[in-house]
Amino acid sequence: MNSTDTPDLDARTDPFVVAGRTLSSRLILGTGGATSLATLESALRVSGTELTTVAIRHFSAAGSGNVYELLNRNNVLALPNTAGCFTARDAVLTAQLAREALETSWIKLEVIADEHTLLPDPLELYSATEQLVADGFEVFAYTNDDPALAGRLQDAGVSAIMPAGSPIGSGLGILNPHNISTIVSRATVPVILDAGVGTASDAALAMELGCDAVLLASAVTRAHNAPLMAAAMRDGVKAGRAAYLAGRIPRRDTALASSPSEGMMQTLVGEF
Amino acid sequence: MTSISITVNSQPVQIDAGLTLREFISSHIGKDLDSESKAVDGSKLGLAAALDGVVVPRSSWNTRTLKDGQSIEIVTAAQGG
Repeated sequence: MNSTDTPDLDARTDPFVVAGRTLSSRLILGTGGATSLATLESALRVSGTELTTVAIRHFSAAGSGNVYELLNRNNVLALPNTAGCFTARDAVLTAQLAREALETSWIKLEVIADEHTLLPDPLELYSATEQLVADGFEVFAYTNDDPALAGRLQDAGVSAIMPAGSPIGSGLGILNPHNISTIVSRATVPVILDAGVGTASDAALAMELGCDAVLLASAVTRAHNAPLMAAAMRDGVKAGRAAYLAGRIPRRDTALASSPSEGMMQTLVGEF
Repeated sequence: MTSISITVNSQPVQIDAGLTLREFISSHIGKDLDSESKAVDGSKLGLAAALDGVVVPRSSWNTRTLKDGQSIEIVTAAQGG
């Protein structure tokens, strides 16, 4: 087999288009949890990501480094989030501040129900979505793995649906692959698996289920070796995407021999 | 000069009366800002401000004079998500 028989997936052959922009990487890396900006920068570079999430917090003159400058010098787009918001009102204000501060209309909308699970509050999430879409935002909605809610968010005009695989920071992977598949099968906007990824096989599974991209933070930033895990995630996402496009074989209840039965040596025939 | 009391990122602060939001933020962050509130040194500020819970666009910082009792939130990007 020569090289032309093994297609490479890249932005040209398999573009990831979200909110009208083409990205070359289907891995979106969050910046939360990194032990230092130097470690974060190294992980970002290795991951190949073009888009990364940031939180919006009080400015401090004594702040330790500037994550915004770090992203700018590495040509990584910032996707601000509304992490920490429990109400639509707070999330809308945070989004408006983010748009002003970072000069982007993209917002990862998180409206959390409680501190213990960090799962989205569906009612506040939907309310905030309606307000932000009307205000011209490109809303990336962090949502539960509920196909019905995902459908409602899509109808409300979100730019991407971001279902949780499992609770934020839990590393439990994708607890309900069937729901993620259902969301994907009904989506007309990109589906980005968000939250719960623990290791590279989780990221690969998300892509094999048909997700358009994966967003993860803790799995890399809290790994023992963050840059090495960033490389693993980069490759896991690529492998999962390729497998999805290649088309997996159907699952069977019984074995199916891959070697032919014709031409078997006579003495062995009948022994099986 | 008369001073007024405001709240900046949840902390009480005394400032001179008559300062605009642009003048206050310029001194708070230690950067010179032009009349459009862009950094004179050409760097991206990466900041936003809200006055009493309402976002004030950067282009309006120069026209908003701070009043006694007002609350300012100044925010920027931080690691997260």
